[in-house]
Amino acid sequence: MAVTGPSRCPGCGEPLESGDNFCGVCGADLSGTADGNAAAGDHPTLALTPQGAPRTAPGDGVPGGAYGGPGAGLPDEAYRAAPPPAPETRLPDAGVPADPRETLAVPTCVACRTGAVDQDGYCERCGHAQPRERDHFERALTRVAAVSDRGYRHHRNEDFFAVADTTLVDGSPAVLAVVCDGVSSATRPDDASRAAAETAAEALVTALPREPQPQQAMHDAIVAAAKAVDALAAAPDGPQEHDPYRRQNAPACTLVAAVAAGGVLTVGWIGDSRVYWIPDDRTAPGARLTEDDSWAAQMVANNLMTEAEAYADERAHAITGWLGADAYELQPHTKAFRPDRPGVVVVCTDGLWNYTEAADELAAVLPLDAGERPLDGARTLVHHALDSGGHDNVTVAVVPFPAPVRGAGSA
Amino acid sequence: MANFSKSTVPQFSVEVYQNEYLPEGGREVNAIVTVTATGGGTSGGRPLADAGQPSAARGAPDAAVVVMVDCSGSMEYPPAKMRNAREATAAAIDTLRDGVAFAVVAGTHQAAEVYPGGGRLAVASPATRGQAKEALRRLRSGGGTAIGTWLRLADRLLASSDAAIRHGILLTDGRNEHESSEDLRATLDACAGRFTCDARGVGTDWEVAEVTGIASALLGSADIVADPAGLAADFTRMMETAMGKEVADVGLRVWTPQGAEVQFVKQVAPTVEDLTGRRTDAGPRAGDYPTGSWGDESRDYHVCVRVPDAGVGREMLAARVALVLPVPSGEAPRTLAQGLVRAVWTSDLAASTQINPQVAHYTGQAELARAIQQGLDARKSGDMDGATARLGRAVQLASASGNEDTAKLLAKVVDVVDATTGTVRLKAKVAEADEMTLETRSTKTVRVKK
Repeated sequence: MAVTGPSRCPGCGEPLESGDNFCGVCGADLSGTADGNAAAGDHPTLALTPQGAPRTAPGDGVPGGAYGGPGAGLPDEAYRAAPPPAPETRLPDAGVPADPRETLAVPTCVACRTGAVDQDGYCERCGHAQPRERDHFERALTRVAAVSDRGYRHHRNEDFFAVADTTLVDGSPAVLAVVCDGVSSATRPDDASRAAAETAAEALVTALPREPQPQQAMHDAIVAAAKAVDALAAAPDGPQEHDPYRRQNAPACTLVAAVAAGGVLTVGWIGDSRVYWIPDDRTAPGARLTEDDSWAAQMVANNLMTEAEAYADERAHAITGWLGADAYELQPHTKAFRPDRPGVVVVCTDGLWNYTEAADELAAVLPLDAGERPLDGARTLVHHALDSGGHDNVTVAVVPFPAPVRGAGSA
Repeated sequence: MANFSKSTVPQFSVEVYQNEYLPEGGREVNAIVTVTATGGGTSGGRPLADAGQPSAARGAPDAAVVVMVDCSGSMEYPPAKMRNAREATAAAIDTLRDGVAFAVVAGTHQAAEVYPGGGRLAVASPATRGQAKEALRRLRSGGGTAIGTWLRLADRLLASSDAAIRHGILLTDGRNEHESSEDLRATLDACAGRFTCDARGVGTDWEVAEVTGIASALLGSADIVADPAGLAADFTRMMETAMGKEVADVGLRVWTPQGAEVQFVKQVAPTVEDLTGRRTDAGPRAGDYPTGSWGDESRDYHVCVRVPDAGVGREMLAARVALVLPVPSGEAPRTLAQGLVRAVWTSDLAASTQINPQVAHYTGQAELARAIQQGLDARKSGDMDGATARLGRAVQLASASGNEDTAKLLAKVVDVVDATTGTVRLKAKVAEADEMTLETRSTKTVRVKK
């Protein structure tokens, strides 16, 4: 039972709802791509890679390989919802597995549907860039899921996420999610978010079984992620990256992470990506658990402006903290919570919370069964952002709380 | 001195400088494409020219050069001119590498072979160089000027060689009076792509447009040698450059997507040369622009493409720019290097309104060349106000871009009151040589200050 979901139309790249038989924009017939359950279940980019098929070869260059961690014991390989391979390795080659759908081979342009796609990922006829793996990617473990989408107005997805499970010192299970948002005005923001998310997740997976204080592990993971992003500034630009507009800025991104384990919810962040707490009992109030490193948040925190005044200012969303070589001073924020009831942790970039700023707005969109079906919950939130305009990249991770084993134990 | 012992052909690299961000509805994409050929011993044993040139045993010179010397009657006035031309040709012959095929042509209203004769080329060696210089003593001036006949003879001689690098060096001191400009044009069209040619005007009685036109059509350099005494040094330099060429007939191939139009393709460094009209189609949506022969050197091209609007959030390949080398057997030409020009539509005005500094710089350099041309034309036609305005603009552009050589040449034609604002006064008296030098060198550019 694969839970790979529909993402974008193979014809025109438009995001799809699950269950669509035809693309609402170009009318492409989607029925041929999958059987009932996984209706339209293939990612549009399948023509380029074998990602629609359940992956059985972990660690083959996909981002999941590292932070998913072979040792972490993925409960069900079929749940690995096709995270993207590295862009430079995604071209079809002789080593493609023998999935019958793959024999369609030569990819055709999604824009003009006539031209062949060249080795640089552009149509040989109309020149349009082809959808990239990172345009939309999803990943689900048993009790954590995340979805990331390019949105409508940005030409690439500069967000990245990592989800993993591991254990605490006492052997009890821990679930974690890291979400990063590349700073668009910096160079290679997509590389920054990816490096930060993967590094932080790996650090947490390694540290949580050894470090008795999850909050310390969180702090260390953010510092490790910061170093990874700093290191990108030193690396030479790729041969084709001539981007003087951005060149002066070192790669940078935000980071937000949540660890659910042992009845404690640990969050850490830098920048303006957020964590929300939404109780399963929706009559109880939800809450935002993070404080943005942003101009507006600082104005409010220092009692210089009211919240309404601050957020009305055009500088409101300018971030005052980030990971990257040109950050003033790294001040990771960490907090620990002990929720008194079951609920769902939503970890997200501003691509979502721009449309669901208040916790109750978010709660109104989040399905009631998000705790049971985190991937569907994450998808629903991403689609909400896209339906609201999709002005930014949008990334959402959903972490049910308490973690399942504990829940199972108490049942 | 150039390193003549170098035997390998260059490696090409392409760098693209652009702001790929377009505003909503934006369609025009500008990019500066820097092409650098680095050769010699560093090519890592990847021979490029060996593919198509059968004679190119590694290390053997693979070049043929014809020197065309003006021997019209006017070369005797003053007599030093003929003597200097003879000495300059001798110096050029001394610069020939052993093994290079060469010939000397005397040009008047007709063309005559001076050395070796018999419709063939000699092979450079100590003996043939000596014989050629001996033959130069027999050069006598007398007769008219029909440059087309010289070029046609050079073309016939060079065609007798299978050398990859085919080059001419042409010296004239007067106007092309004994054939129509249409005839010269037809000759240039016929010779274009068959050999490259540098052209020099000696003294001040020649026509700038004719000399620059020859160099432009045949992808060589043009210059003035106002004082005949400077000829020998100039000829030596030209021959050194010719000997440094390692690969010929390189084309700049520009692919553009369906529905896109190439607005222009210009070489912008080291000189401005509009190549737009010289496109030859090369398969679907691609065209080749000639770049001639290359040694160790770097040139910049400005490519402007108008693409169909694709909408915010979209990305398109606006052009693929490649250096291609033809393969004689009729197979697809070899791609030496390539770069991508992209278009990305964004609603971020901070991104889309940036002008790439390289694009801005060369747009200014192209305007500088145009302003000088227009200014000098206005001055000749008696439009002093127009001349002052255009040359003032030229002074301003030269100053702002750091093109000091051009600024100095301008200062000989106008009195600069304020370079920053472009305030100038026309000089009452301008030496003819200064005006011609400015006109001939108006297309010379400088690179962006790093």
